[in-house]
Amino acid sequence: MTEIKLTVNGTTRSDEVEPRLLLVHYLRETLGLRAANVGCDTTSCGACTVLLDGESVKSCTVLAVQASGRSVTTAEGLVAEDGTMSAVQQAFRENHGLQCGFCTPGMVMASTSLLAENPHPTEQEVREGLEGNFCRCTGYHNIVRAVLAAADKLSGGSAPAEPEVTA
Amino acid sequence: MIPASFDYEVADSAAHALALLAEHGEDAKLLAGGHSLLPMMKVRLAQPAVLIDIARVPELAGIRVEGDEVVIGATTRHADLADSELLKAEVPILAYAAAQVGDPQIRHRGTIGGSLAHADPSADLPMTLLALGGSVEITGPAGVRLVGADDFFVGPFESVLGPDELLSAVRVPRDGSVKWGYQKFVRRANDWAIVGVAAYGGRVALASMGGTPLRATATEEALRSGASAADAAQLAADGTSPGYDFHADADYREHLARVLTRRALEGKAG
Repeated sequence: MTEIKLTVNGTTRSDEVEPRLLLVHYLRETLGLRAANVGCDTTSCGACTVLLDGESVKSCTVLAVQASGRSVTTAEGLVAEDGTMSAVQQAFRENHGLQCGFCTPGMVMASTSLLAENPHPTEQEVREGLEGNFCRCTGYHNIVRAVLAAADKLSGGSAPAEPEVTA
Repeated sequence: MIPASFDYEVADSAAHALALLAEHGEDAKLLAGGHSLLPMMKVRLAQPAVLIDIARVPELAGIRVEGDEVVIGATTRHADLADSELLKAEVPILAYAAAQVGDPQIRHRGTIGGSLAHADPSADLPMTLLALGGSVEITGPAGVRLVGADDFFVGPFESVLGPDELLSAVRVPRDGSVKWGYQKFVRRANDWAIVGVAAYGGRVALASMGGTPLRATATEEALRSGASAADAAQLAADGTSPGYDFHADADYREHLARVLTRRALEGKAG
């Protein structure tokens, strides 16, 4: 067993873990944070995406011990204490950026990371920036709309009701 | 999928990593981003008894100029290569290639040293190092040795890197004026190349056309003899030995190599 100390959603955690424990299982099973889903389990689908020191990573391909000393954020951690959702979460809701919802936490985290790196993405940059996240309902158009709306809101603009997205 | 059990050691310097490798022998593997190793461990294709984490060794990361080369620490991540203003100016093909690896999440974790040590013949960075004619710095018990890209890859997922050695840095020529092109043919987002081509000056390297990244030697010779890009590209598959899978058979890969080499020699990136 190895001791890890890390910050998860702003709270300092200290745990004894097996070195082979994957970060996604640490989050889901040790801490009870179930937003990050295990989808493909092969670094492809992005359903397990969380932020590691603010950057998107696939937590099925990170060991919990590798996150020691670092900061992890899950979709639960984007919600303010009073229950207010982040701009990205709100935009997914307002633009119907989800169907079954399984990919949604990963999509939200990947989008949050994308907008931190590129606050004013074009539609093409959003599509390419989310290439590591699969939606098996294929609801991509509304996801792209949601990310563009969130970008607009975060930059203080007045989001058009229906951002132009071409098929 | 859960990897088999292993012990976890954290190296605090390159020397410490080498000492841990010497102590644990062939049962140990170095871990940086883990984006080649951990997937193999999850399906039990790799079952190291000890993982030595080198991601926390500051001296192994970073990008700097040294004479007419750019030297890149082994644990420098793909995202750092892709975003590097220094690389974009001095070695633009490498910054571009790094941006084609996997997807953003993978680029936030995967490292140049890990990708080269993994020696996947279909991967972006091995092919690009070969096109650049760069070299890798290998640190071992006897000191540091430099191995050129032409000699580093010896087979599928196999390089000359020994079990007691650490791939510590990568050296590439710096000259932002050299004409380059890059072509990666995929059918799915975030996939490996069905065929890839990296062209840098008169050097042309191919991915997924054999057991290692390969030079398109017949194309290079034709270019030296003054052939046009279109004519030289017709020879791109000569001497290669592509395999087949559900994406492409060997004939189709040879066709792709010719078409993509022409585009790469025309300076196109895509």
